[in-house]
Amino acid sequence: MLALLARRLAAGVAVVLGVVTLTFFLLHLAPGDPARRLLGATATDQQLVVARHTLGLDRPLPVQYAAWLGATLRGDWGVSIATGRPAAALLSAAWPATAILVALSLALSYIAGLVIGAVQSERSGSRTDTALSVGTVTLYALPGYWLALMLVVVFTYWARILPAFGAAGFDSDDLTGLAALADRLRHLALPLATLTLIGIGGTARFVRGAMLDVRSSPFVITARAKGVAPRAVTFRHVLRNALIPVVTLLGLSLPALFSGAVFVEAVFAWPGVGRVLVEAVLARDYPVVMAATTVSAILVVLGNLAADLLAAWLDPRLRHEDTAG
Amino acid sequence: MKRLFDDRRAAFGAVVLALVAAAAIAAPIVTNGHPDLQGDVVATRFLPPLATDVRGAFHALGTDRFGRDVWTRLVYGGRVSLAVGVLAVLLSVVIGVAVGAAAGFYRGAIGAALLAATDFALALPRVVLLLLLAALWQPSAALVIVVLGLTGWMTIARLVHGEVRGLSARPFVEGAVALGMPRVRVLARHIIPNALTPVIVAAALGIGNAIMLEAGLSFLGLGVQPPTASWGNMIASGRDTLVNAPWVAAAPGVVLVLVVIACTLLGDAVRDALDPGKETGEERRA
Repeated sequence: MLALLARRLAAGVAVVLGVVTLTFFLLHLAPGDPARRLLGATATDQQLVVARHTLGLDRPLPVQYAAWLGATLRGDWGVSIATGRPAAALLSAAWPATAILVALSLALSYIAGLVIGAVQSERSGSRTDTALSVGTVTLYALPGYWLALMLVVVFTYWARILPAFGAAGFDSDDLTGLAALADRLRHLALPLATLTLIGIGGTARFVRGAMLDVRSSPFVITARAKGVAPRAVTFRHVLRNALIPVVTLLGLSLPALFSGAVFVEAVFAWPGVGRVLVEAVLARDYPVVMAATTVSAILVVLGNLAADLLAAWLDPRLRHEDTAG
Repeated sequence: MKRLFDDRRAAFGAVVLALVAAAAIAAPIVTNGHPDLQGDVVATRFLPPLATDVRGAFHALGTDRFGRDVWTRLVYGGRVSLAVGVLAVLLSVVIGVAVGAAAGFYRGAIGAALLAATDFALALPRVVLLLLLAALWQPSAALVIVVLGLTGWMTIARLVHGEVRGLSARPFVEGAVALGMPRVRVLARHIIPNALTPVIVAAALGIGNAIMLEAGLSFLGLGVQPPTASWGNMIASGRDTLVNAPWVAAAPGVVLVLVVIACTLLGDAVRDALDPGKETGEERRA
């Protein structure tokens, strides 16, 4: 178990390092000049040279890379070129919003997806199964930003019951206690519903497939032949074994979920990491893009690692395979 | 093949894709007028679906804020969206098959390096990469194709790698090698053709995904640029007029969803037909 952990950690560090290196060079080699963005169209060449020098952008690229890497490792994430605020402050202000959105939608979509997939696999081939399949494939095919817009049309413009933009109302500073909480929840409703509905489609389809796979294994047939009640077979034998690929999917779907959040945050003006990243990329705000990429790469790697460990804990066979191989 | 024809999912998927593709190809016939055509903007903008404008032109899906016919833009946008999806997946398939086959056939250092590169690319957050690449160069349909192709080959490479390794140990391959056939020809003539079935399934699922991502990038303004219509930038422009003209954003979204469902169902059906007695889960979403 420890050897597995050490090997995965080493691989994870390599991936994070690779991602940030790739991003750094892509970002700096691509056209677009942050100094010009900062000073605007009227800046003289002299001013641009000075600005580039102050920002350290006139040094050779490998030197800039080494300087950036060193500073980041020491915990210095740099200062945003566009806003002048520390990149770390921008991100730490943004990340709770994304974390709440992603964690809640992940939990809700997995619970719903597990239940739907389990019901479908138990009644495989029935009308219920077909109807649910039509529903889940439709949810799976929905683009997040479009579903988001349609929910806004229905719940904000037609029914006029839910707000469509931001994480809190304009008057949120004057609200206290329960009223403030209710305001937050109302703003959370549509972004959360969007991400959750889309997540349910993929999860339910995957769970159904995984459970059908397990259902045809010899030990399930044996359990049924022994006369174990169907419900007990589903939960004690099938679901438990089907959880292994599902947990792996959980780790793998973190980057997908983050990408979904990027689009959904763009639609709902949700003040999260995705929005910070999009704005920083458009403004060529190098330090912020790098900081956001580093954080998201670390989160993705940690998510995969957690999923691997969880799968190894659920399935003793994986532990042995990994230490032996 | 018979299994496939009996499958209702395959029938639905094939019919939807055929209709959409036919409409896109026959765009000048099934629409009247140019997709970017603006008439008298004030008189013809925001006409609801099934309306007839002052000049007597019928608008089945209404008009947008510039008075452009939504149906016409939808059909011409379909040309762009479908072409981008298909070409991007084609690029992914070429790279994926090349990398996967080489990794499976040349064991040792080359194979290990290629596999490590694949795993690394798989671990990259795709949308972050897409955002970077698409935002850093001048947005265009060609850039979207390249970006989607370059970030979508990994699953295919892994599938092909597994198949090739399995096939390399089969008697007919050993036979070809024993007869003195050059290794590259064995790979090209005997192994790769036999390893392509899972690639077809992955490609079908990938096209739906690529169309959806293209629309996403265009939606953020990083993809196909207006006035050229694509489903994504139609949704984006409809976003600004959601209150008074929700159909502008709704119509391309509905078609997009139908096409993605069709690709997914067709992919599922092909997989089940090729692999009888077994139904598996699906590829993860990129």
